[in-house]
Amino acid sequence: MTDILRVNGLSKSYGNQIGCADVCFDVYPGEVLGIVGESGSGKTTLLRCLAGHLEADSGSVEFVLRDGVRRDTLTMDEAERRQLGRTDWAFVHQNPRDGLRMAISAGGNIGERLMAIGDRHYGNIRATATSWLERVEIDPARIDDRPSTFSGGMQQRLQIARNLVTAPRLVFMDEPTGGLDVSVQARLLDLLRGLVAELGIAVIIVTHDLAVVRMLADRMMVMRRGQVVESGLADQVLDDPSHEYTQLLVSSALQV
Amino acid sequence: MLSVSNLEKSFHLHQQNNAHIPVLSGAQFDVAAGECVALTGPSGCGKSSLMRMIYGNYRADSGSIRISGTDVVTATPREVMALRRGTIGYVSQFLRVLPRVPTLRVVAEPYILAGGNEAEAEEIARELLLRLRIPKTLWQLSPLTFSGGEQQRVNIVRGFVHPYPVLLLDEPTASLDAANRDSVLDLIVEAKQRGAAVIGIFHDAIVRDAVADREIDVSLFGGN
Repeated sequence: MTDILRVNGLSKSYGNQIGCADVCFDVYPGEVLGIVGESGSGKTTLLRCLAGHLEADSGSVEFVLRDGVRRDTLTMDEAERRQLGRTDWAFVHQNPRDGLRMAISAGGNIGERLMAIGDRHYGNIRATATSWLERVEIDPARIDDRPSTFSGGMQQRLQIARNLVTAPRLVFMDEPTGGLDVSVQARLLDLLRGLVAELGIAVIIVTHDLAVVRMLADRMMVMRRGQVVESGLADQVLDDPSHEYTQLLVSSALQV
Repeated sequence: MLSVSNLEKSFHLHQQNNAHIPVLSGAQFDVAAGECVALTGPSGCGKSSLMRMIYGNYRADSGSIRISGTDVVTATPREVMALRRGTIGYVSQFLRVLPRVPTLRVVAEPYILAGGNEAEAEEIARELLLRLRIPKTLWQLSPLTFSGGEQQRVNIVRGFVHPYPVLLLDEPTASLDAANRDSVLDLIVEAKQRGAAVIGIFHDAIVRDAVADREIDVSLFGGN
């Protein structure tokens, strides 16, 4: 097994504000990497630079394509990167409204990504959309309803279905459980864990919720002021944190 | 099977007046395949910390922990993950699982992670759940709703569902009745017979005498 993503010296600043500085890591297929830190620590900046939503100042983000070719996605042209975003990559936003098209039906939201990779057969698209609604536990009878009529938890599950339907190999997630009720969070985490294991996708998940990292991530990185201050096995970093800042984060988390 | 050498560990608590708490120093012992070793010593002497270090859950400051060719102390996270998948089983004192996941799936999971197929995993899981007297009516419910003793037995099933060559057991019988305690003892004896190296913390002397071949007094490795 080798890496699917390798990040080297990734930096981004906003004027003289550091966004993220000299970030290095790699991810293997089937692995979940958690990135934690307080607001302003640079974790979302990092994620957006990785996904190409934000232009990095320096560094490289090498991704191994399906044919085995390793490419630096930072130097790809825009069209190529957009194609990657529709096929091998997926991005799950904290707010499902940012990742869904609210004016088209649930089925249309899932079908759109299939059509973007060349699927044209209406019957197949609808059948795939139906099966994905079932997988994310949304009643298929709601296929023609707009996501604006869905609850927050259903919208988030629909966003996940829309993203995973094209079988991406790398998924970026920005606080995917952030705006959800606790009862919905657990269900979503179970769903995500199952899908990741079943499909062997690599996931990079940004969150401030240490419980999410414990349940979902194999490895984690802790960020503060744009720097990665500690990284390692998720349970090791949480149970035996060595950096001052990680100790503060872990000891400040509420226990339930 | 397992070899601990010159192991040192201390905690440095930045947030609490920079306290430096020594845990272990110079810990040294081997455990052979088919052998069960009991860690002993007063509460707080570092038994659970030592066990967590063997599992890679706590870092060691120096020394080595060799398990089938890997030194856990210097291993990369991925090497530790690989050891945990197939080689080291760990029954901790507390069950930590995702809410809402049914018990049967919770206990079958380690077998599947170790590369086994799902149907086989569930079959072995069912058999073990029966042996530890978890009523069938509970199998489709999340274990987080169970009593303390039931949760502990679910945790034990998770640790025995795959035949790990190394087993770490932290107080596996602490809140069990006599019948369930005996079932757990049988499981430990069977694990030894198939060649597992077992390291346990057993406060109950009856349990310790029944399964342990020798004792290691962890307070002799006292950090202070």
